[in-house]
Amino acid sequence: MSQPTAPLISIKDLHKTYVRGSEHIHAVDGITLDIQEKEYIAFVGPSGSGKTTLLHLLGCLDNPTSGELKVAERTVYSEKAAMNERDLTKLRRELYGYVFQKFYLIPTLTVEENILLPFAFYCKPDAHKNAQHLADLLGISHRLNHLPKELSGGEMQRVAIARALINKPQILLADEPTGNLDSKRSAEISDIFSKLNQEEGLTIILVTHNPAMAKSAGRMVELRDGKLV
Amino acid sequence: MPSLFGIAWKNIRRKRLRSILTIIGIALSTWVLVSLLGFNQGYESSLNKDIDNLGFQVLLTAKGCPYEAATLMLKGGTGLKYMPESIVDTVKANPEVEEVTPMLMHAVFDPNKGEEGGITAFLGIDPVTYPRMKTYLQFQQGKWFNQPQALEAVFGYEAAELEQREVGDSYLLPEADVEIKVVGVLKRSGTQDDGTIFLPIRTLQKVYKVNGQVTSVGIKVNKSTDIAKYEEELYKLPDVQVVSMAQVKQTISNLVATARVMVMSIALIAILIAMVGVMNTVLMSVLERWQEIGIMKSMGAMTSHIFKLIWFETILLTFVGGVVGSVMSWILATATDKLIRSVLPYSPTSALVQIDIILALKAIGIIMFIGIISGIYPAWKAARIRPIEAIRSTEGEL
Repeated sequence: MSQPTAPLISIKDLHKTYVRGSEHIHAVDGITLDIQEKEYIAFVGPSGSGKTTLLHLLGCLDNPTSGELKVAERTVYSEKAAMNERDLTKLRRELYGYVFQKFYLIPTLTVEENILLPFAFYCKPDAHKNAQHLADLLGISHRLNHLPKELSGGEMQRVAIARALINKPQILLADEPTGNLDSKRSAEISDIFSKLNQEEGLTIILVTHNPAMAKSAGRMVELRDGKLV
Repeated sequence: MPSLFGIAWKNIRRKRLRSILTIIGIALSTWVLVSLLGFNQGYESSLNKDIDNLGFQVLLTAKGCPYEAATLMLKGGTGLKYMPESIVDTVKANPEVEEVTPMLMHAVFDPNKGEEGGITAFLGIDPVTYPRMKTYLQFQQGKWFNQPQALEAVFGYEAAELEQREVGDSYLLPEADVEIKVVGVLKRSGTQDDGTIFLPIRTLQKVYKVNGQVTSVGIKVNKSTDIAKYEEELYKLPDVQVVSMAQVKQTISNLVATARVMVMSIALIAILIAMVGVMNTVLMSVLERWQEIGIMKSMGAMTSHIFKLIWFETILLTFVGGVVGSVMSWILATATDKLIRSVLPYSPTSALVQIDIILALKAIGIIMFIGIISGIYPAWKAARIRPIEAIRSTEGEL
């Protein structure tokens, strides 16, 4: 009988509280959740429900106020210890790729340079080969020498996705990736995510207001007032 | 593959006007710095050259103001006191003296000079001993005087141009109404001799009725002579002022020291302005790219990477500005020379600002060092950006 595999990401009673003057805002209020490897999970909920904050915590971009966060069996945050900034950076390099609503492409770099940008900070073999593979996969190989300003919104988001995947991450975090796109482009991006999950086995954690895209995820989790519904 | 250096370079080109203005600021500071260093280097060698070209180590004048004597030694002068010519024989009697040449400077008002008239100075010289001391003087036309009492003149290069005279022309001595003939025009020597009109000393004494008088005596001593000791001996002579090369150098250096301090202060202010300019440009750039930098950190950029990236930008700006400023200072060396001359109490005749490659590299090094210092704060500020702060600034959602 095989042992049950440990979740890729595990959170226990996670809290994130912001203090604004005398007011305490509980953006994430005691969430406990496991995310398995190769899972495609979508967080949905109204604006202000805490889904983006939760995504940032799961992506090790922000520190929780309390609770426990484990990623790939490594403790990122607990009551006893928290990873330092250097180790967090290493973890982000190894495991994560991020896609945001705004594409955050560097306007002075070409598409190819934007995709390869993470390798300005560290080296990985076959970077160029992988970039070409991703460009083919995402249908932007004919745009590699263009500047971001010469691309459409959909193409820019594909470049951002390629950049997020260039380090071959285990987890892709996407915050409203179709927020700036029309319905046709949104559907294309949604298809790409499904393909990446099913064919490449990528774990995807998505925050979206787009019901069609949320439905394409294997698991949909609703949040309200910082709590799971 | 993008490199940190490549990203920095492309970012500088992103806001071209701002980068160009910053580079201009740095270039101007470099220009001031190179010119200042070039001046420090050039002034001394130029002064030494002038003094070496005097042809004598000691000048004897009638007792008076040492500054006036120094000016006389280098530039000629007016309103002078006289010494008896017999002093030449007294000086010559010393075995340590190799050569002695008497000189008589005489200035007269020439009503035909310019629109309202002006002062013309003549230097009476001994046609035998003077050329032996001033061996560097060469003729463009003609030669020295035919006889010790000839009514003849030799014009320095600039004097000939100013008076528009050449060999064979005649020249009317002002006030005396005596006509003399131009027998020689000297080549440009880069010394005060260029602007001098030379006459035989006897002729000048006779024409202007200063017989038996001289204004100065140039003395060349043997190489083995202790000049300081010899000067002390000369002071035993009645009513003489002894001016030695060393004294002249010291006197002029003292006069110029104040001007040097002033120029250095200007350079320091210019450098400080450039430093603030660089810091402002890079800091603005960091603030504008807050999100970009945050995203880079989310992709795995370490604090050190961001620090380096911003530092590279500073170094590139200062390097380009430094090179442009050095080239500018080389091109504008003549204009700078004129500018510095206008504020100095005394300027040697040859180039005041001497710029060479070593000097330019030194200045670029200094400017880059200042740039590196200026870049620390913006780089530190950028390096401290947390990914979440950058993302939340637009993406944030509770």
